[in-house]
Amino acid sequence: MEIDRADGRTANQLRPLACSRNVLNRAHGSASWSQGETKVLAAVYGPKAGTNKNENPEKACFEVIWKPKTGQIGKAEKEYEMILKRTIQSICLLNVNPNTTTSIIIQVVHDDGALLPCAINAACAALVDASIPMKHLAVAICCCVAQNGYVILDPSKLEEQTFKAFAYLVFPNSIISLPSEASPKPVSEPMEHGIITSVTRGVMPVDDYFHCLDRGRAATSKLSDFLRKNLHLQTPTDPSKAG
Amino acid sequence: MSAVNVSADLSSEMEVDAFRRLFPLRFYERHLLESIRPDARPLEKARDTTLALGAVASADGSALAKIGLTTMLAAVKMEVMTPTTESPDEGCIAIDFHMPPICSPMVRPGRPAEVATVISKQLSDTIVSSGMINLKDLCLVRGKAAWMAYLDIYCLDADGALFDTALLSAVAAFSHLTIPVVSLNDDGRVVVSEETEGQKMDNEPVNKDKRKLELNSIPFSLTCILHKNYVLADPTAEEESVMDTLMTVVLNSSCQLVSLHKPGGTFLAYNAAVQDCIALARQRVKELQSILTEAISDMEVD
Repeated sequence: MEIDRADGRTANQLRPLACSRNVLNRAHGSASWSQGETKVLAAVYGPKAGTNKNENPEKACFEVIWKPKTGQIGKAEKEYEMILKRTIQSICLLNVNPNTTTSIIIQVVHDDGALLPCAINAACAALVDASIPMKHLAVAICCCVAQNGYVILDPSKLEEQTFKAFAYLVFPNSIISLPSEASPKPVSEPMEHGIITSVTRGVMPVDDYFHCLDRGRAATSKLSDFLRKNLHLQTPTDPSKAG
Repeated sequence: MSAVNVSADLSSEMEVDAFRRLFPLRFYERHLLESIRPDARPLEKARDTTLALGAVASADGSALAKIGLTTMLAAVKMEVMTPTTESPDEGCIAIDFHMPPICSPMVRPGRPAEVATVISKQLSDTIVSSGMINLKDLCLVRGKAAWMAYLDIYCLDADGALFDTALLSAVAAFSHLTIPVVSLNDDGRVVVSEETEGQKMDNEPVNKDKRKLELNSIPFSLTCILHKNYVLADPTAEEESVMDTLMTVVLNSSCQLVSLHKPGGTFLAYNAAVQDCIALARQRVKELQSILTEAISDMEVD
């Protein structure tokens, strides 16, 4: 039961990826990330002194500002901001810079499906560019489920709208070198199998969700290789603008 | 690291309340070791849930839902509107979730709380994508008139598991909904006709036998906290503030997955934990379903 995709991709094939870091001069860290036509620009400012209201001053605080391509920010963007903020909080070391705020600004350049995963990948690359201390990186993927339980990866906007359900999944990237005092793992599964974030829409059988998880995990290992290679390629940023 | 050692030493000689305030995480972990929670619940047990239909007399459908101390009031108001040209035979549902300052010390008057916007978005996504309401049922006259259902949910007391309670109250309000009788007046416009006993109505009502909305595959949700290897069902606000990894599972009555929402958090969700949460949600769906049917049958007896 093959599904013909409009752009001739196979079900597991991702769109061409592109990532460049240090694209903005004034930002402490920035990155642009594109998956096919979907493109997102992320900038990081901070850490700045002080935390916002209702935040814990004993930890580093993050704020996410989402700028849509056109128009005003709506409910959907507010939800994206919250999901992105929680995701970033879970991958960053919050005890290193207590009582500081780091701002992440996401500018959508073009939306052609899988927007939130694309923004998460961009934010992650921008955080690395700004040398924010992190536990590990995160890689995000979108899976679409068809009526017959068939799963396709990295859908375009049209596919996202026509398929009955989709899931945005975020996994940690695979760790090559472990820190010296590696904590004993509570579970036998490798860390990159744990879900950081999961957002789904549309009704699907429970089995299809687990199917999505398996496919997503397989695809994110490729994504995380791409991210790692990309971060190696570009030399560390100019130290003069760190201040 | 030193804080942990200090707390371990002090736990034997400190008062329980002081220990709870100073080392909340240690306090909870000591309970979890014994598979019990501070409010005497086992880990996988949800709080007592009550549902009262028809709490707002002026609304077309309403419900008051309580899960533990979390209280939500939901009301549906129906209005006649002209459907859009893209979908001439469909009505519309507008969902709004309000968190007034009365519900929690975290909410200040003025700007709406950020969490309220997010929950209201999540609610409308869940209700629309679950297919609970067939929007075609809200059509009155094709291309001319359809129902616009305004669902407003007020949080009166926010003690954790906000989304679960909001969804329960929303579903209950829709099942209590009685659609008002409308008729075509002489100008060919749809008007709400006042139904009075004995008095003959001037015009033939348009929707005489479509007074109840048919709900198919109703969604129910359960929020769980993941902490290390533990899964805590239906957290209170205190538990949510101490342990930050939340996972909300929404299943419909035929146990299909409507939504699995986990926004970040300290702990990763492995397959086993996801399966545990889904299993707990399955049980919870059965409980909530019987609570809803009971509330509906209570209503019919009155």
